[in-house]
Amino acid sequence: MFQKRLFLPVAVLVAVMFADAPFMILAAPYESTMGLVQKIFYFHAPIGMVMFLSTFVCGISSIIYLVTRRRSADHVAIAAGELAAVLGVIVLVTGPLWARKAWGVWWSWEPRLTSSLVLWLIFVAYLLLRRYGGPGSDRLGAGVAIFGMANVPFVYWSVNVWRTLHPKTTVVPTLPPLMRGPFWFSVVAFLLLYILIVLIRAGLERRRDDLEALYLAAEDGVDHA
Amino acid sequence: MREWVVTCFQRMRLAPAMSCLVAALVGTATLHAQPPPNPASPPPAPATRPDQQPQAQTPTSAPQTTAAQEGFVPVEQLPNPQDSVPAPRLVASAYALVWLVLMGYLYSIWRRLGTVGRELDTLSRRLSSGTRRP
Amino acid sequence: MRFLRTAWLVTRKDLLIEARSKEILLTTLFFAVSCVLVFAFGFVREGRAVTDAAAGILWIAIAFSGTLALGRAFERERQSETLRALMMAPVARPALYVGKLVSVLILLALVEAVVLPLVALMFQAPLFDHLPYVLGLLTTGTIGFAAVGTLFAAMLVRARSRDVLLPILLYPITIPVIIAGVRGTAALLQPEIDLPMARAWLAMLAFFDIVFVTLALWTFEPVMTE
Repeated sequence: MFQKRLFLPVAVLVAVMFADAPFMILAAPYESTMGLVQKIFYFHAPIGMVMFLSTFVCGISSIIYLVTRRRSADHVAIAAGELAAVLGVIVLVTGPLWARKAWGVWWSWEPRLTSSLVLWLIFVAYLLLRRYGGPGSDRLGAGVAIFGMANVPFVYWSVNVWRTLHPKTTVVPTLPPLMRGPFWFSVVAFLLLYILIVLIRAGLERRRDDLEALYLAAEDGVDHA
Repeated sequence: MREWVVTCFQRMRLAPAMSCLVAALVGTATLHAQPPPNPASPPPAPATRPDQQPQAQTPTSAPQTTAAQEGFVPVEQLPNPQDSVPAPRLVASAYALVWLVLMGYLYSIWRRLGTVGRELDTLSRRLSSGTRRP
Repeated sequence: MRFLRTAWLVTRKDLLIEARSKEILLTTLFFAVSCVLVFAFGFVREGRAVTDAAAGILWIAIAFSGTLALGRAFERERQSETLRALMMAPVARPALYVGKLVSVLILLALVEAVVLPLVALMFQAPLFDHLPYVLGLLTTGTIGFAAVGTLFAAMLVRARSRDVLLPILLYPITIPVIIAGVRGTAALLQPEIDLPMARAWLAMLAFFDIVFVTLALWTFEPVMTE
């Protein structure tokens, strides 16, 4: 899919986008009620979207791994799982930072933030399993990731109803055009960055697999000597 | 292809990479050296509401809802303005956090790649040189 | 029908062993009771419980004792390597899962039969007023919890750090079950009873059960085989 020569230009593009983003964000109009603090939205929301995407990537590559036993699927799964946890940390810290100003409290069990918390817990548990589960934890982890992915709608629905007592019709407001630009710019920037990091992290896993194979080969050689 | 990507990242030297990043930041800063076009001049305190509203905002009852406030259950009382943390500090810490976490994660991958690469080199050298323990 | 027969054989084996030793049943029961008592000391003030505490404590006691029961049930399999023997048998693997699931459910049902009246007593909660709804919530919730728990416990039988990994993996994934169970039960306990809300939570739990039992049946074999 990605050609070799695409990597460097994409990496440069991402760097430039991230360098440019603060200025685009500053240039966007102030939101009426929240003022400056709403600027956090320009990276909190895209990172939240990419985090949800990462959980699905992890789940789907886990399914592929269980069905086909291809190692590359497992590498992508662990990369996506780790990134889901890392991006989750960012979402869960920038959320309260924003909430403190907008709502006056650090944490208010807001539906989306709480769902992100639960999802983050699931994927931290996934990482713990892969790290401390011993041999065979790749398949076990795949099972957990699939369950985690399948759980997303349930978590969201139950937290939503729990928090607000009555299911409400969500009105999706349109962003004013001057805000739309920086927002989608950030989304694209983070998406590209995410793809790059997943590639690199999956490559690390592949190196580890190669190292394991070499160790085994070395032991075999010693045995046969 | 992926091999090349990973090797590239592994061999990347930290100092030149950091200086490139800083240069990019400074470069785009100079490009944006004029004041921001939108006259959003009122101070960034949540109490003041600037009059100019972009027309495309969905008209609802005040306060106007945005994607940020969707799903928001309002708090009964807001604390006194004196108690709250000033907004620029929050935004700056949020932004700094994003950079720190992302850079920290990339750095940890880079370190791990280095360790694995070194082990791979030693091991393959040992295998190819044919050293065997008696 | 071989599937059902295999499942029944596995369940029968577990129930027979349990009937003879009663080890898991008694220890889990005692643990659940002490759990409820500890919460009672924490949440009851001047002889009155904090409102809504009863629903939460009921479900927390079920979650904690369920985790314990699952761990113990599969520990027994591990010690005699019987799980591997079962996996080598020429039967459909999902049938093994269903068999273990049913035996865990029966065990938990016995525990809940004691915990439910105990919570109603200690927290003066009118849990028996709308018994069909309460039983419905308990059944669907326990099925959901046990469905995920049986799969994870079976997965972890050969893993390291399995004792601590089971709750770490199980609790985040069963959070929707806990939320639904607690809110549904609370809707039945509050002064103005909210039956539609309880029904909504019941429906969500039933849907959760269907989805996750199906998912567990699909993933049991690929995850368990070498």
